Amino acid sequence: MQRYSGFGLVKHAFGHHENWERQWRNPEPKKQYDVIIVGGGGHGLATAYYLAKEFGVRNVAVVEKGWLGGGNTARNTTIVRSNYLWDEAGRLYNHSLDLWKGLSQDLNYNVMFSQRGVLNLGHTLQDMRDIQRRVNANRLNGIDSEVVTPQQVKEIEPELDISNRARYPIMGASWQKSAGVARHDAVAWGFARGADSHGVDLLQNTEVTGFKIRDGKVLGVHTNRGDIEAHTVGCVAAGNSGVLAKMAGIKLPLESHPLQALVSEPLKPILNTVTMSNHVHGYVSQSDKGDLVIGAGIDGYLGYGQRGSYPTIEHTLQAIVEMFPMFSRVRMNRQWGGIVDTCPDACPILSKTKVKGLYFNCGWGTGGFKATPGSGHVFAASLAKGEMHPIAAPFSIDRFHTGALIDEHGAAGVAH
Amino acid sequence: MFYIFCPYCKEHREEEEFHPRGQAHLLRPEDPENTSDEEWGDYLFFRDNPRGIHHEMWVHSVGCRKFFNITRNTVTYEILETYPMGEQPTITADSPEIRHEQGAQVADGGWQTVGARPENKALNEETSS
Repeated sequence: MQRYSGFGLVKHAFGHHENWERQWRNPEPKKQYDVIIVGGGGHGLATAYYLAKEFGVRNVAVVEKGWLGGGNTARNTTIVRSNYLWDEAGRLYNHSLDLWKGLSQDLNYNVMFSQRGVLNLGHTLQDMRDIQRRVNANRLNGIDSEVVTPQQVKEIEPELDISNRARYPIMGASWQKSAGVARHDAVAWGFARGADSHGVDLLQNTEVTGFKIRDGKVLGVHTNRGDIEAHTVGCVAAGNSGVLAKMAGIKLPLESHPLQALVSEPLKPILNTVTMSNHVHGYVSQSDKGDLVIGAGIDGYLGYGQRGSYPTIEHTLQAIVEMFPMFSRVRMNRQWGGIVDTCPDACPILSKTKVKGLYFNCGWGTGGFKATPGSGHVFAASLAKGEMHPIAAPFSIDRFHTGALIDEHGAAGVAH
Repeated sequence: MFYIFCPYCKEHREEEEFHPRGQAHLLRPEDPENTSDEEWGDYLFFRDNPRGIHHEMWVHSVGCRKFFNITRNTVTYEILETYPMGEQPTITADSPEIRHEQGAQVADGGWQTVGARPENKALNEETSS
């Protein structure tokens, strides 16, 4: 793998930047691998990267029906944070945040991780009690988080309307300084390049059409490019997890919904941080390019159409204008929808299944992007050892039968 | 924007008058005392999540406030029928006219007209008296 550096940039300038190496190969599928990852999004690529790099499993294939990072990785609002309420979720997301901090160096790829902080606004007494409770829980888990007053909110984000004239006046917020945003495509490409350099075969345009299962053990997958064998298969297919599970004869407690986001025309720098509000139900940050990146809730009904509905857009923009009245005249450039696989307790599933050797990593719902490195890391550890990593273990499918749910609806930033 | 036929009001109304309430035809275990954790978990949390034909419950929340069911394609978003609570769907994933188009992927190029087509009799046969 060609390493990227300032020197390399200067060197290639003399060749008019025509001699850069391709970032990853485009190999033919082999007959057999040690591990197959189904799904070449951020989480799948991260899993493959850590499998090869940290756990020494190099005979790995990532099977992707479209192109790498072309699903939800390319369709999100890039927010990274770890201020979750429950210990299990706090550990998982904070593990991820720790990896984000060194990710650009680790991958030798600039993922543009920017720790500009995240504000979660409170507009009612109950909001403030919830915020205080979550901040306390965060601090007990070693996650940096604090409760701030409306005046402090104004210092952090001067354009917010903290007046009493607002329909839902801001009463305070939780503030996680170490949170921020990262460049979503770069995350997928960085992990892809890293995985490829450690020998992982990235198989694009390869769609899984079924599983080879005998005596309750997985033996491989059927694809449109032929059968591929492996005794360990990890499915990381976000919105399509339910469809895959059905092929393997497994039921998952998931519902797939469109979650949409919008970006505005580019503006001069105006926002310092990421602002979220559970109550008026919207969140906004500003990309390095200048556009406002806006999101809110899912469409209430099940859907696989990557677009979303008009009423949700209207609701989202009402929330943004409630927080930032000055944005009322900003034009929106584009809107898109991703398919999120929502779980009944708003927490993901990282789990073995009743089919031996078949694992699922899914159910991230509306908050998967932030978890990309952490999810990949603990899932890779689980696949390599055949035993769920201690951070991943509480997220087993069993919890929907034992009742040990991890109810994170309140910490999802926006209520879904 | 969906344009939904309420089987009680007997009118097409816009999506914003309604609220989706999840999968239809779920049956609560009949004998709670002798229901295993497995069965309770399945009833409470496990849902069909098909690419294609789905039966779901909606409520006409700012209209007649009654619940009813919709058969809808989750990929094309086409509403195939609406019917009152207690009735069974006439169109299912196994219907012969549906089977051939199952799993059909719709191009993402732009917005489509979605919702029940009032001019198509077959869609609202029972309700468009």
